[in-house]
Amino acid sequence: MKKELFIERILLFLALSSIGSLLLITVFIFWEGVPLITHTGLKNFLLSSHWAPTRGHFGILAMIISSIFVTLGAMVLGVPLGLACAIVLAEFSPERVKTLLKPTLELLAGIPSVVYGFLGVVWLVPLIRDYLGGPGLSLLAGAIILGIMILPTVISISIDALSAVPDLYRDGSIALGATNWQTVRRVVLPAASSGIITAVILGMGRAIGETMAVIMVAGNALKIPTSILDPVRTLTSNIALELGYATGRHREALFATGIVLFIIIMILNLTATAITRRR
Amino acid sequence: MRIDPRISQGIMKALLWALTGFTLFILVFIIVTISIKGLPQVTASFLLKEPLDMGRSGGIFSTIVATAYVTILAILLASPLGVGSAIYLTEYTREGWITRIIRFGAECLAGVPSIILGLFGFVLFVMKLGFGWSILSGGLTLAVMVLPIIIRTSEEAIKAVPQEYRLVCYSLGLSKWQTITRIVLPSALPGISTGIMLSVGRSLGETAVLLFTAGAALRTPVSLFDSGRTMAVHFYILAREGISMPNAYGTAAILMISILLINVVAYSLMQHLMKRYS
Amino acid sequence: MSKIYIYPKINHSGFPAYTNFRSISFFLALLILWGLLACAAVGCGRDKAAQNLCVAGSTSVQPFAEKLAEEYMRQHPQARIDVQGGGSSAGIYAAQQGAADLGASSRELVKKEKDLQEFPIAYDGIAIIVNKQNPLANLSLGQIRQIFQGRITDWQAFNLKPHPIDIITREEGSGTRNAFEELVMGKQTEITPEALVQDSNGSVREIVANDPYAIGYISMGLVDRRVKALSVDGVAPTRDNVKNHTYKLVRRFLLVARDLKPGLCTSFLNYILSPEGQSLLETEGLVGVGD
Repeated sequence: MKKELFIERILLFLALSSIGSLLLITVFIFWEGVPLITHTGLKNFLLSSHWAPTRGHFGILAMIISSIFVTLGAMVLGVPLGLACAIVLAEFSPERVKTLLKPTLELLAGIPSVVYGFLGVVWLVPLIRDYLGGPGLSLLAGAIILGIMILPTVISISIDALSAVPDLYRDGSIALGATNWQTVRRVVLPAASSGIITAVILGMGRAIGETMAVIMVAGNALKIPTSILDPVRTLTSNIALELGYATGRHREALFATGIVLFIIIMILNLTATAITRRR
Repeated sequence: MRIDPRISQGIMKALLWALTGFTLFILVFIIVTISIKGLPQVTASFLLKEPLDMGRSGGIFSTIVATAYVTILAILLASPLGVGSAIYLTEYTREGWITRIIRFGAECLAGVPSIILGLFGFVLFVMKLGFGWSILSGGLTLAVMVLPIIIRTSEEAIKAVPQEYRLVCYSLGLSKWQTITRIVLPSALPGISTGIMLSVGRSLGETAVLLFTAGAALRTPVSLFDSGRTMAVHFYILAREGISMPNAYGTAAILMISILLINVVAYSLMQHLMKRYS
Repeated sequence: MSKIYIYPKINHSGFPAYTNFRSISFFLALLILWGLLACAAVGCGRDKAAQNLCVAGSTSVQPFAEKLAEEYMRQHPQARIDVQGGGSSAGIYAAQQGAADLGASSRELVKKEKDLQEFPIAYDGIAIIVNKQNPLANLSLGQIRQIFQGRITDWQAFNLKPHPIDIITREEGSGTRNAFEELVMGKQTEITPEALVQDSNGSVREIVANDPYAIGYISMGLVDRRVKALSVDGVAPTRDNVKNHTYKLVRRFLLVARDLKPGLCTSFLNYILSPEGQSLLETEGLVGVGD
């Protein structure tokens, strides 16, 4: 009995330690970042596009807009392609293809983002520059690279979601005379929708959080993009570019940017939980 | 005019197959490019020699050591904490609003962009605590990064163990801890090791965080306070500065092979563990 | 349907096949490993610190510092010198905090940084670079300023094929950028926020080398065959022109420290300032401080 109590104490200690460290991080980030938001004012911080930290201007609007557009672009590219791939692999191809492809997708999901960024710089950026215009390092390049990066995640989870739909549903639909595609469109997809939405949200989370690949291909210019060929700087790229030398208010501003990202992720997670719970 | 469903199916299938072909082409292109340009670089001397002349020549031995060092440190720190917490949260507490908040917090932190954790690690470990750019700073920050992942996957794995197992054990007179170590943990081990393998994979690919906490020193790190650059960081520096394209591709190829190896090991480990339970 | 099995397999002695021993010893081993790591970290690490030197900062200085470190470590095998990048401001900050023993800077210290000791080690020029395909060979200082300001936006202003100019600049904490702003932009004008930003000399060079319409500035010592360095006001960006003061875009490379620790730190610094160290820098393209 004593041994049991002892072990329970150890486990409690471990649990408290890990929860404590996670709490420490959250508190640390908010502690460092909030003073700046109160100093500049929330409206000024979020809605001004003048970012000149060494001179006391902390407006992150340009970067918020860039992050949003880059992520949206990535979703526009990654989700249809990924979903199409998942449908074809899960519904229209033999089992063997699936077992061959799953490990390949996991391999691709594991490749570091800097490799994707590098391949983007070498292959994609010159293409954009020569055939579409602009410096090549652009919002478009960032969106395409991010879209490719989230493909493995979206495909994997969607395949899982589609495979989880019981065959019963498909058999019933076919028995009623529907074609394969009608079955997929009207029966399987709605049934797997919560899993697919989870895949999309996870992909979105990954796209928002991506730093290195975006720094390499997006150009990092401090302006609100007016065309997809404009160079942009996302919230995460900004933190990475200035982190090494930011002190005082400047550093607080970076933490404040972190708070904004944290809240965005929180909202995404809440949405994901709400949707999966409702279904 | 209603289109014959068979025709619309034909159109949709063609469209989907086209999109799939395009997607697979891109993905295969990535793997093939890295392999073709990088694998020729992967020789024994490349793996065993240290980088010279800012990485222009020589090998990548020091980066391999640094990567292993930092990853092992992170896993060693995060696993006991993570698995222990997961055990406590599932076995010793009741499901209530506290556990839900903790779970939500862990989910959020797992999803937070890693650069924020890099910022945190830089400010706390490198500067305030004075560890400087070191394997210690890098490992601690990575541990903090993978802790939520390990907690989450371990928790799910432990919760997936059917309650019947536990009830049977209690009814046979086993104590709580005996149940956990002899029945629950072994059953959950495949899921837990998946979580750990996921963390290893994530650490391998992490660049921004390690650049700012473990630094970019070219020499092989020996003590925990030495700085060292991991393979991903080395690749990033080689690639963006155009120092040596062949070496960059070679490093990328080795990273790809490492990830492949880890996936294979994880898969076979899972198979092995699953077999233990018939 | 629901048979209840007791997993894992129980062996003949009544205990589960491997768990009992394994899990307890696993946790114990981890605990011991933790403890060992802690001891090793504190004990072993601090000892080695005396033989460890950390130089951090300017990406302009970085390759030269790395070369010097390589040469020094060849002559003193038990020493260990790590060179980090991050930019001049990052290096100065690290030196102030003590995270780096020596900070490397390619700009002058500002007032609030003057509490650090500074040791100039070389003179370096800032080269204005364009792609090799760009036919231009010379620009005036005023023209360069207007380009980076955003006033001149198209190459046709120089009688070239019309195309927007892609301006590449460094991040705000870069010593090269600060020096460039002081020497070229002056107090009245700023680099346009529309410029593309990269975080190291090498990456600026890389982009200019690949983009036919780009223009940027890097440390002169880092110019290689892949880019073309322009003459400024008719003066070519060569080492000799820096030495005889005709090329105007020149700045000092500094090593800064909070307090110069005896031992490896002082020894390395002396090596850099010695004739051997200085001649190494001169062969690499810099101008020594002796002149």
